Amino acid sequence: MADVAIQSNPVVGSGTRKRGGLQRALKRKSTAAFLMTLPLILLIAILVIYPAFYSLHLATLNKSMQRFIGFGNFEFLFKRETFWLVVKQSCIFAITAVVFKALIGFIVAHFVHNIPAKGQRKWRGMLLVPWVIPPAMSTLAWLWLFDPSYSAFNYTLSYFGIGPISWTGDAYWARFSVILVNIWFGAPFFMIMYLAALKSVPEQLYEAAAIDGANWWQRIWYVTLPMMRNIIAITTLFSLIVTFANFDIVRILTAGGPLDHTHIFATWAFRVGIEGGDIPLGASVSLFMFPILAVAAIFILRDINKRGNES
Amino acid sequence: MSRKKLTRRQFVAATALSSAALITAPYIRGAYAAGKLTMGFWDHWVPGANKASTDLVNEWAEKERVEVSIDYITSNGRKNEITIAAEAQAKSGHDILAMATWWPHSQADLLEPMNDVVEPLIAQNGAVNGTVQYLGRAGDKWLAVPTCIGSQIKGPCSRIDLMKKYAGIDVQEMYPAGSPPKADNWTTDTFLKAAEACHKGGFPFGIGLGETSDSVDTVGAIFLSFGAEVVDAQSNVVVKNDNVRQALEYYKKLMAFLPPDAPAWDDASNNRWLISGRGALIMNPPSAWAVAKRDAPDIAAQCWTHGFPAGPKGRFAPFLPYFWSVWNFGKNKQAAKSLLTYMSQPAAVEKLVAASGGYDLPAFEKLTTLKTWAEEGPPKGTLYHYPNPYNHQKLSIAASPAPPKVAQQIYVQATLTKMCVRFYQGESMEKTLAWAEGELEGFMRS
Repeated sequence: MADVAIQSNPVVGSGTRKRGGLQRALKRKSTAAFLMTLPLILLIAILVIYPAFYSLHLATLNKSMQRFIGFGNFEFLFKRETFWLVVKQSCIFAITAVVFKALIGFIVAHFVHNIPAKGQRKWRGMLLVPWVIPPAMSTLAWLWLFDPSYSAFNYTLSYFGIGPISWTGDAYWARFSVILVNIWFGAPFFMIMYLAALKSVPEQLYEAAAIDGANWWQRIWYVTLPMMRNIIAITTLFSLIVTFANFDIVRILTAGGPLDHTHIFATWAFRVGIEGGDIPLGASVSLFMFPILAVAAIFILRDINKRGNES
Repeated sequence: MSRKKLTRRQFVAATALSSAALITAPYIRGAYAAGKLTMGFWDHWVPGANKASTDLVNEWAEKERVEVSIDYITSNGRKNEITIAAEAQAKSGHDILAMATWWPHSQADLLEPMNDVVEPLIAQNGAVNGTVQYLGRAGDKWLAVPTCIGSQIKGPCSRIDLMKKYAGIDVQEMYPAGSPPKADNWTTDTFLKAAEACHKGGFPFGIGLGETSDSVDTVGAIFLSFGAEVVDAQSNVVVKNDNVRQALEYYKKLMAFLPPDAPAWDDASNNRWLISGRGALIMNPPSAWAVAKRDAPDIAAQCWTHGFPAGPKGRFAPFLPYFWSVWNFGKNKQAAKSLLTYMSQPAAVEKLVAASGGYDLPAFEKLTTLKTWAEEGPPKGTLYHYPNPYNHQKLSIAASPAPPKVAQQIYVQATLTKMCVRFYQGESMEKTLAWAEGELEGFMRS
């Protein structure tokens, strides 16, 4: 109606036209949406984009931050044995944890999906607890369970004649421990996302599959998984980013030890940058995650786009 | 009623004068002019210790008519180190900031020289030990003022009963309260035998081999007692030497008698080891004993803090000093210096040491015989030898004498404990040394 009213009076001055243009722009849904998201955009610019560019700048400085050295810090890192150990461990940590989180989340989501609607809410709530507790707090509880000298796990295992296991003292057990805690913390997120996806799969598809004589595995393979592909891809990407950037679990549980065998990018960046007083090198270590995650994001998002276009 | 008329000329002159006064006033700040002073002190773990410093600051502030504000910053989660890094980056922050061990050197370019505070204090309270000089001074410039708050020696804290029973060593006789140590036989060899005996008796020494400070400090002192330098004072990597080989061999023997999970220990593990009654000795300031006094009084009554064993090259004990520093971009440097001088006076130091239950150690020679250490107990005199009153051992820090900026990397990366663990776990000596050499060369960045 407003557009019609403006068109009905063509003899207007340029000032009025401008005002009219502004009014039109303001009335557009996209403008309103932009204005409403503007505070968040500004917040992200201040808290994310500025620090990101600042860390890029830091990564190009020498240790005393007085000289520009270009890619000198990265060249230095590439020659360090410990750095490659950290790269290897970050990949092991993130990939193993995400795979198991996805697997456990998928299985548990099916269990919860099959619980009658009446009692389902309770289970959903309980299963989300690990994800809701701040990881710094819950990891402290895990630290006590894994404590080198007073481990509750070892105490229990001793009744079965097993152990004691050096949960955080042995390199392999320490890796296992940090990955286990990460899975425990992150699996509920996968579970809730997959549950939402499962609920959106039309029941008719399963009915049709049943009529065609599909067994449960075929139903999962040919119906459930294709319908959940996008959710699986997005969840995996999101979790991969968060797990690669993890800090609190490793920092609290092992602080990177023993012998640096559980350090991941963030914890080693903190060790080198803050504790070691070499902020440019720390910034370089943390920035090293960026290309890895960017490549993963490109592949996963491209796949989603392709499927979106196909559909 | 007559009213004096203000001429235009008078108005201009008055305005100019008041503007000049307003502009110049901030530049004639001094401790004796009212102003504002902010400080970030280390958040002491001993209940009531922060109050003692607050009281001293308030006393000074009242006298000098300065508005003060104190933030107690915890070292938990490295919050204090993050604050230092953030303030250095922002070039803004507290007027006075507490910095531990390596940080004055790490921020040397941004710190106000404190010679005019430290030199008179040395003249008054006696010389500071070599570690304080190494960490607090760059050339002729004092980077910060050594403070007792948080400064500590991490010497042995032994169980009197267990050491007597299993190792046949009377630690009270060796380090008698009120008189000089009789510890000529307290050597690294004796220490090893005692570790073996206590291990056999079911009460192993609780010495960590992790990457946190307590583990690094102990291995650092043992290395120095073998003369095992990994980087020399001129920044040369000298790790492939016989002293280092000897120290590694010694530690390998010692590790066989330590708890098997020692590589995973953090700074709280040894405290728990002592307090739970599982071990005969730990290397720690008297914090573990103080907690035991509250939670396990029977164990606390059997604790005795004393000196380190002597190695072939001398008797070294880890000393971790804290400093008070003033940023060169600070706004009230004169007032900051005045306050730091006030808080470093013997009477103030005595109050601070008493409030910390003897945990805090002054760096100055004449302040190591305060009555707190003689009187604390039970058992009475347990802390008498904690402040090294007879200079019986050389106070040191791991990775010295490497230049502090290099040594900080060695310390933080726990290179020495990692070497010991690698060698103990079966890596060959030369491979361990080669690995260490590679790491140390990486620490030479400038």
